[in-house]
Amino acid sequence: MSLEVKKMAIIYIDHKAYEVTPGKNVLETCLTLGFNLPYFCWHPAMGSVGACRQCAIKLFKDEDDTRGRLVMSCMEMVKDNMYLSIDDPTAKAFRAQVIEWLMTNHPHDCAVCDEGGACHLQDMTVMTGHTYRRFNYPKRSYKNQYLGPFINHEMNRCIQCYRCVRFYKDYAGGKDLDVFAAHNHVYFGRAEDGILENEFSGNLAEICPTGVFTDRTLKAHYTRKWDMTTAPSICQHCSLGCNIIAGERYGELRQITSRFNGEVNGYFLCDRGRFGYEFVNSTNRVQQPLIRSKSSDATDKQSLYHYLKNILATDKIIGIASPRASLEANFALRKLVGKENFYQGIPEMEALLMRCILYILNTGHVHSSSLKEMESADVVLILGEDPTNAAPLMALAIRQAVRREPIQKGEMYIAHPTQTKLDELASNAAHLSPDEIARLGYAIANALNKNAPLPENLNANTLKLAKRIARILKKATKPLIISGTSLGSESIIKAAANVAFALSTDDKKASLSFIVPECNSMGLAMMKAPSLMHAKETIENGKANTIIVLENDLYRRSAKKEIDTLFNLCKEVIVLDHLHNETTGKASVLIPVATFAEAEGTMVNNEGRAQRFFQVFSPKNENFRESWRWLDEFRQFKDGINPEELKVPDDLMTEMVASMPQFKGAEAVTPDADFRMFGQKIPREPHRYSGRTAMLANINVSEPKPHEDSISALSFTMEGYKGMPPAPLIPFFWAPGWNSVQSINKYQEEVGGSLRGGDPGKRLFPKMPVLEKIFMNHIPPVFSPLPGEWQILSLPQIFGTEELSIYTPGVAERAPKPYIAINKKDAKSLNIIENESLQVQIQDQNYTLPVRIKKELPDGLAGIPYNIPGMCGIGWPAKGTLKKGKT
Amino acid sequence: MISLLRTIGLTFLHMFRKRETIQYPEEKVSLHPRWRGRIVLTRDPDMGERCVGCYLCAAACPVDCISLQATEDENGRRYPEFFRINFSRCIFCGYCEEACPTYAIQLIPDFEMAEYNRQDLVYEKEDLLIDSQGKYPGYNYYKVAGLDSGVKGKGEGHNEDPPIDVHSLLP
Ligand code: SF4
Ligand code: SF4
Ligand code: SF4
Ligand code: SF4
Ligand code: FES
Repeated sequence: MSLEVKKMAIIYIDHKAYEVTPGKNVLETCLTLGFNLPYFCWHPAMGSVGACRQCAIKLFKDEDDTRGRLVMSCMEMVKDNMYLSIDDPTAKAFRAQVIEWLMTNHPHDCAVCDEGGACHLQDMTVMTGHTYRRFNYPKRSYKNQYLGPFINHEMNRCIQCYRCVRFYKDYAGGKDLDVFAAHNHVYFGRAEDGILENEFSGNLAEICPTGVFTDRTLKAHYTRKWDMTTAPSICQHCSLGCNIIAGERYGELRQITSRFNGEVNGYFLCDRGRFGYEFVNSTNRVQQPLIRSKSSDATDKQSLYHYLKNILATDKIIGIASPRASLEANFALRKLVGKENFYQGIPEMEALLMRCILYILNTGHVHSSSLKEMESADVVLILGEDPTNAAPLMALAIRQAVRREPIQKGEMYIAHPTQTKLDELASNAAHLSPDEIARLGYAIANALNKNAPLPENLNANTLKLAKRIARILKKATKPLIISGTSLGSESIIKAAANVAFALSTDDKKASLSFIVPECNSMGLAMMKAPSLMHAKETIENGKANTIIVLENDLYRRSAKKEIDTLFNLCKEVIVLDHLHNETTGKASVLIPVATFAEAEGTMVNNEGRAQRFFQVFSPKNENFRESWRWLDEFRQFKDGINPEELKVPDDLMTEMVASMPQFKGAEAVTPDADFRMFGQKIPREPHRYSGRTAMLANINVSEPKPHEDSISALSFTMEGYKGMPPAPLIPFFWAPGWNSVQSINKYQEEVGGSLRGGDPGKRLFPKMPVLEKIFMNHIPPVFSPLPGEWQILSLPQIFGTEELSIYTPGVAERAPKPYIAINKKDAKSLNIIENESLQVQIQDQNYTLPVRIKKELPDGLAGIPYNIPGMCGIGWPAKGTLKKGKT
Repeated sequence: MISLLRTIGLTFLHMFRKRETIQYPEEKVSLHPRWRGRIVLTRDPDMGERCVGCYLCAAACPVDCISLQATEDENGRRYPEFFRINFSRCIFCGYCEEACPTYAIQLIPDFEMAEYNRQDLVYEKEDLLIDSQGKYPGYNYYKVAGLDSGVKGKGEGHNEDPPIDVHSLLP
């Protein structure tokens, strides 16, 4: 809490005095005060434009003025001694009329409109009291467009609020959505049919107050908002950990919507996060436990237990953890195999980078920036990352920092081998090799603080650029440095740290943010276990003969040959995962586990924020159990408990914090299982949830007892506390009269601000300096390509790189096909042109790949899309040889 | 004493009045068209399924005994993939009919639905859908909706202007 006392303003609404914060507009102030004032075009993240005329109220000159004048509340700033009226008959009539006009052309579509039941236009129509159509003339109609696999278009329903283009073009930097035609014919769409290109197009479904833009994946298994069982959850598809609401119906995950978190994702999600959920419903799920040595493969729980009990009692076992499994699951594995037999399921290279990042963030000399804080940075420096593809929502936050109008625009400098989508906003985008990026970073740090080491043999251009960036950074009040693991370069990470160290003073720490590979990479790294390489050594030395792999496809981590050797040396390969993959194919014992939607767990995002996701539904298949539940049972066998006497583990998180104090705080990110609101649980289903006595009646007319949730304060039914739950436990946003997402207003302390009671999640990194500030020195030599050898770059892809989201057909459609990118000069030396194929040898894998010319790529570098299907199994860092194909 | 005899007398006189009790089932009751009995799903004048799978009946049902799943045909016409009413729970309140924006779901004057086995009171779409428009002839929702679902093109619906030409700037 800041001690600074804000001067409050007094305003009078319908003759009653209210104390309010000045500097906000009247509309948001009225909403904060709890009034139900209708609006369309204003959005807390995008501000007001006064386009829809829906938010009219009366403003009076002074106390004695009785006539007043109509004003748009979103366009008036709060001033001291303002006299306003919401209930004024003229204002009310005006608002009702605006709706009536909008409705003259509105189609009779609610019954078949996917927005229905969560429609801001419906809510506002009811709010103004317009109930009967008096206008008898024909309605306007429009043709729709095909906008790709994610967004459905139904233009007739448009009310011309302009929110879509303001979000898409101005906020998210999209180029291919616009407004066409004129007067009452305006059309919101693309110049021609085609896929919406922007990575944040899914937000249109939430931004548009009507059913013009809706979620196309939801349409394929349509369910109304009121019919979904929902739970607060965390996106699993990158390291940012955006907060989501996941909804289920009839045992299928049906929709992901944004769960407002003022510190993290705010109102938005990226398309990978919003649409990448369909792996949960995939037919590729592991359905039953398998023991491959047995004659009949599939087995039941009892025989699995007995089989495993013997293995666990006699074998020497090591455990391979996972950066996409929750802390609970990883900890349960650690408990089962013991601390000394517990390994991170990531290659040594990645483990090294993560150790380095953890060290830097734990020094306490830098501030690990939240996405919210990024939005207000005034100078941004990106070293070797492509946020749009590696951590999409970070790119959206940076965009806001740079385009902050009208006060002052932020400045941005980017160094990355290839062009990134953010280049267009950058004051300078340097396309350098990873080593040169690191050298640039070191040079900037040196220009800021002479104690930082200076690279030798720096070329004049780099030095000049470094000095220029340093000068700008020095002037900045809120500088932000971004780097990450994507290029696999330790030097870059250290260079970024040096810049941040050089900028930090004791009372003002520079913001630094690292993009890390997966949703719980940070959490796993904090467990401080040796990497996959060490696990392999242990097996090779015969110190262990059985391996347990937790939710991890090792063939995506390292060269195929190495993983093959590892598995071939093991007596038993026990794999727990939710989808079949190459690793599960090697399993001698395969155990199906729950996905995030069927499990509860905690993860740590790139910022070091511990966040919890809750189970959305109880799966029909009882084999889909949480990994930590299985693993804790196996531990009990090991301790000699018989399968018949198994117990549910007590609070794993508390136990984990006791044994690993670096996680302190992570156990308390949500209220615990005994938490009750006035003696009641928080229902996962809204009070309008339908079909309870019919949905299972085809199986048995006597309804089964609903599942009970013993591990959280949420219930799987619609019974329970109906008011506002605490922020970490919000399963859905709804308020009387506000059925759409706009009801978030009611959940916020101040409209647009944090959720009541504080945004959920807890940062685990220290606020205070705990280690000495020592500049790092890991300067690579000048990069000079070797003839005939290319340095292979891993280029992350928003669609394709992430392992699970690819199961959504739309994501697979958008994912690039394998290719190799080189520059013009290299292409010429290889005597090859765009789209011709190259024979590429990387380690001992051979690929035939079409060429893409990226003219900005430095010489001697070849980029390949990182870990997309068909291109996994490369050990990083990689070098390769390129030859022109014979075909 | 007198009042007693009077009562007996009056009761005796009733024997000569018209009888209200009917000899069901030999004799059938005549019910009014708006009598709330068996629930059916009707068809539109073109004999297409009227139900558009909007879930409003299910939401309105106070005992939650309706459950369905909407799906779409190749033209984008929405219809229920399954539609289930658990009549062992239904209280024949008629809220579903009131909520239905398409006149699809209707309560009809028929109460002869008794079963020996409760499970047999669970009706699926095959049991509910009839080949008739029921009480409200003439209405076809897809003709008045803005959506093009293969029933009418954009701008061809009831009281609809032809689609806007986006390239024209004429007033
Ligand atoms: S946008 Fe809203 S009001 Fe319009 S048809 Fe859809 S649900 Fe109804
Ligand atoms: S399409 Fe939606 S967001 Fe865009 S102007 Fe129309 S109603 Fe507003
Ligand atoms: S930015 Fe990352 S965490 Fe956020 S929605 Fe996208 S994939 Fe999920
Ligand atoms: S209310 Fe009518 S149209 Fe909607 S689902 Fe029920 S029967 Fe179908
Ligand atoms: S919200 Fe004020 S004019 Fe649109």
